[in-house]
Amino acid sequence: MIAAQAPLREFTAGFARDRIAVAAFATLCLILLAAIGAPLVSPQDPYNLAQLDIFDSKLAPGAKAGAGFTFWLGSDDQGRDMFSAILYGLRISLGVGTLSTVVALALGMAVGLTSAYAGGWLDNLLMRVVDLQLSFPSILIALVLLAVVGQGVDKIVIALIFVQWAYYARTVRGAALSEKRREYVDAARVMAFSARRIVFRHILPNVLPPLIVVATVQVAHAIALEATLSFLGLGMPITSPSLGLLISNGFAHLLSGRYWISFFPGVALLITIVAINLVGDRLRDVLNPRLASHYGA
Amino acid sequence: MLSFAIRRLLQSMLVLFVMSALVFVGVYAIGNPVDILINPQADQAEIAAATRALGLDQPLWRQYWNFIIGAFTGDLGKSFAANIPAVRLIFERMPATLELALAAMVIAVLLGIPLGLWAGLKPDSVSGRAIMAGSILGFSLPTFWVGLMLIMVFSVWLGWLPPTGRGETVMVLGVPVSFLTWDGLAHLFMPALNLALFKLSLLIRLTRAGTREALAQDYVRFARAKGLSMERVVRVHVLKNIMIPIVTVTGLEFGSVIAFAIVTETIFAWPGMGKLLIDSINVLDRPVIVAYLLIIVLIFVLINLLVDLAYTALDPRVRLAGRST
Amino acid sequence: MVTRGRLVALVAQLLCVASASAAELRIGLSADVTTMDPHFVAAQPNLTAQHHVFDTLVRTDERTRPVAGIATWRTPDPLTWEFTLRKGVKFHDGAELTTEDVAFSLERPLTITGSPGGFQPYVRPIVAKEIVDRYTLRLKTATPHGALLQDLADVMIVSKRAAAQASGEDFDRGRAAVGTGPYKLVRFARGDRIELARHDDYWGGRLPWEKVTLLILPSDPVRTAALLAGQVDAIEHVPTADIARLRKNPAFRLEQTVSWRTIFLHVDQGRDQPPGVLSKAGKPLAANPFRDVRVRRALSKAINREAIAERVMEGLAVPAANVLSPSVFGHDPAIKPEPYDPEGARKLLAEAGYPDGFALTIATPNNRYINDEQVAQTVAQMLARAGVAVKVDAMPLAVYFGKARNRDFGVALLGWGSRAADLALRSLAATANPDKGYGAWNWGGYSNPKLDDLIAQSLGTVDPARREAIARSASALAAAEVAIIPLHYQVVTWASKRDLSYAARTDEFTFAHHFRPR
Repeated sequence: MIAAQAPLREFTAGFARDRIAVAAFATLCLILLAAIGAPLVSPQDPYNLAQLDIFDSKLAPGAKAGAGFTFWLGSDDQGRDMFSAILYGLRISLGVGTLSTVVALALGMAVGLTSAYAGGWLDNLLMRVVDLQLSFPSILIALVLLAVVGQGVDKIVIALIFVQWAYYARTVRGAALSEKRREYVDAARVMAFSARRIVFRHILPNVLPPLIVVATVQVAHAIALEATLSFLGLGMPITSPSLGLLISNGFAHLLSGRYWISFFPGVALLITIVAINLVGDRLRDVLNPRLASHYGA
Repeated sequence: MLSFAIRRLLQSMLVLFVMSALVFVGVYAIGNPVDILINPQADQAEIAAATRALGLDQPLWRQYWNFIIGAFTGDLGKSFAANIPAVRLIFERMPATLELALAAMVIAVLLGIPLGLWAGLKPDSVSGRAIMAGSILGFSLPTFWVGLMLIMVFSVWLGWLPPTGRGETVMVLGVPVSFLTWDGLAHLFMPALNLALFKLSLLIRLTRAGTREALAQDYVRFARAKGLSMERVVRVHVLKNIMIPIVTVTGLEFGSVIAFAIVTETIFAWPGMGKLLIDSINVLDRPVIVAYLLIIVLIFVLINLLVDLAYTALDPRVRLAGRST
Repeated sequence: MVTRGRLVALVAQLLCVASASAAELRIGLSADVTTMDPHFVAAQPNLTAQHHVFDTLVRTDERTRPVAGIATWRTPDPLTWEFTLRKGVKFHDGAELTTEDVAFSLERPLTITGSPGGFQPYVRPIVAKEIVDRYTLRLKTATPHGALLQDLADVMIVSKRAAAQASGEDFDRGRAAVGTGPYKLVRFARGDRIELARHDDYWGGRLPWEKVTLLILPSDPVRTAALLAGQVDAIEHVPTADIARLRKNPAFRLEQTVSWRTIFLHVDQGRDQPPGVLSKAGKPLAANPFRDVRVRRALSKAINREAIAERVMEGLAVPAANVLSPSVFGHDPAIKPEPYDPEGARKLLAEAGYPDGFALTIATPNNRYINDEQVAQTVAQMLARAGVAVKVDAMPLAVYFGKARNRDFGVALLGWGSRAADLALRSLAATANPDKGYGAWNWGGYSNPKLDDLIAQSLGTVDPARREAIARSASALAAAEVAIIPLHYQVVTWASKRDLSYAARTDEFTFAHHFRPR
């Protein structure tokens, strides 16, 4: 049995031994809270154009808005409060990253389990598809896909699911195959349990924990990829900007000294991704030291 | 071996079919390149004539059929915007991308392996931890953001390096290269570093992990106990042990470096084929998009084959036919 | 930090760019040049590069007005244009320019196949070419065609000998790129740079720059960075965000003028239910509100053009009233921009039966015009203050134009540049009529027989003064009817090192031969 099923206390203690990871976890919780509570915390709804005022545009951090509140992180070229925009942008980035990862995980798991359990030609076919897809870099696949289906939140989620699922499918299949050979599965089979019951009751619970670790880190990867695609002009629409689009939008103002339009979203993106990666790294060390450190690309 | 290569090739052909069909449907669905490139003064009849001349008025299946027929005779069509065969257009740009990708790989390997070794040999030292922290950063920072910051700092604030473009090139065997001139090197450095960053972090982590694993092996401990110097242990045992995964990853990652060059080329105005792809998507230059994908797929097939060959060379126990991938 | 950075930049410049001789000029262009074949795609970036190598039969001055260059002209009758070539105009290969070359060059656009945007519209009105002698050429049109001079200003004259059998690649490689222009093509590196060398026998006199390099730098901040870092001597299309910084920096110089490009909104007044135009509750409206000129005017009044010009465009725009900007043929200076009047807008909307406003969606490209999606968002803010709920739908040009031609938009942002108002109105506001070639870009579906008549009259008038008077009244009518909602004329900016000057051009072209040392 793997470490994930060790008592929770032991797991927490293992995690807490690394102070950096704890700090990263705390930061991540804070970021999540801020993103979820964005409408309550932020002084402005940055997506409602009627709330923006062009005469508040391009103000430096600390300036007062016409509506009375303070632009603590400055305002962008539409008079959007950067602080609000970053909180809402975090929502989009985290939302897109998490949603696509979860769906990709579910999809990949379904394919991987089917493949492992069915075996034979189906296994062969599915794994060929997975191999093929994994031999291409995610950015290329996402780029072509987005160029074809167009822009929008839904489109980018689809593209991110598409680039991620194969990785999980392969991982799940490998893990499931090794579980399948174990005695408890044999025992279940001898007891004539249905295939579905064996998969869901016996194999899945053992395969899941290491996968969740991978998925944690993948969220960071998905967020970075979304930011990159938005930067290339193939991601989010400007009226509901993600962090990547905010950075890209501010890029134009970088040389003019209005660093805040691009800099703060960049810092927010950086902190988020580093925090997720640190937590993911620690989780992996605690849960499953055997898992290779190769992810991404 | 041969059957393995053939199977790979057939699979890739299949990918190509799927991808080209996808691009055809997609570009067709997005719009008509004539709408973008048309002379604004053209009237309706002229717009229709231009659409007809490019064969874009025909049903999609027929356009695709014509493309397939052409592809089998080695003709992937002419670029709508540039008026020359799409394949030639890409070959014009390919040396720049390959040079950038190679330079990035060189940086990644030359820095990544020593740093990873160091971090592996001294995992608890301050320097070892710093290297690992750096590699997390390198993993986390999105390439485009680092590129912007590099330009800001080195070109605009410090004025040390030219911000964009390829600089002076010299012909070597008929291929323009820029790393032989001072100007060319100055232009190459920042984009190559930018592109290398992700792979560099990856290599550091891999090397460190491999080193630690090797040091824990019995035979290494035995060698140490025998009194072999650390230097010799590293050279003989550790390096040998970590070489296989590193060669694999370096080889396989080369393809992804070429793909990620799209981002770097866009930021640094590097005239490679990645930038060409973005430009072509912007004007719906379908022949170029399809040709780019075809050439990329071929490059990937080639790289995969080379990596597999390198595998057998490094480790005779590996049999290609037996591999699951 | 800034001063130190500049000092270092200066030193670095002295060190690495010392090899660049004083007689060399390096210019950063904002868009890629796809081919050196001057008759393949009539796209401005291509024309920019090609104007260095080739001449056109008719030149235009900085204000887009036709002037004599390699030829002078007269119109013996309304169907005949007689051109007399200047004597002694030399091609790069030393041969003299003759009417044979000109006749060939005006024919060649019609023979180009596989082009998505060729030069056919410019030469199609010519039905016969009569070579009178080595220097005299008569062009015949089927009906009087006043815009011929503007049309010919974009058609490059190539050498018949060099170009007769040439393919596009022959031009790219330079073999066929033999013109009479001020510079010879040395090397065309697509996506990277174009290297040019001075044509010493140029008819226009000796030029200061022996060597010219046009560098392709499409990314805005990067183009500025290249100038700041001394990689180029001058750049075109200075990004709005960097204007203020460059203006403060004594090492650089800015040149500006109002561009020929007007940014405006097409509002769909043709159909009963324009897409995205709904009640605030999202229900379809009983009638298309834009059919009522009061609603169109109300929207126009609700827009604070000064604020857009100042805040969004950072001074790189002038509030617009006409379909084309002040220096362009057919602009009517009597029309003034609609003043900002949100109260008046509300009142007009109420009068028209929309006291609570309605909802609409502005579609805009996001990679075509200066700050296009920002402008659309700002307009949305302003309309919201007049009681109209607005959404913005921004998309890349590749998607945008296809959808627009498909009439997927109720309100759409577009930019237009032309050398004459009658030409612009023919495309944008004339009743769509494929047989006459009218209204090819009339996304708003505006239709007014009176305007159609004026446009036809103007285009059919050969005498420039009479034609301009008619074109002006057409402009005035379109403005009075709010056929389109003009937003602003773009201002085009060049930035260069302090010791250079440039005669800023309304048509936005960047010509190395118009840069002068100061």
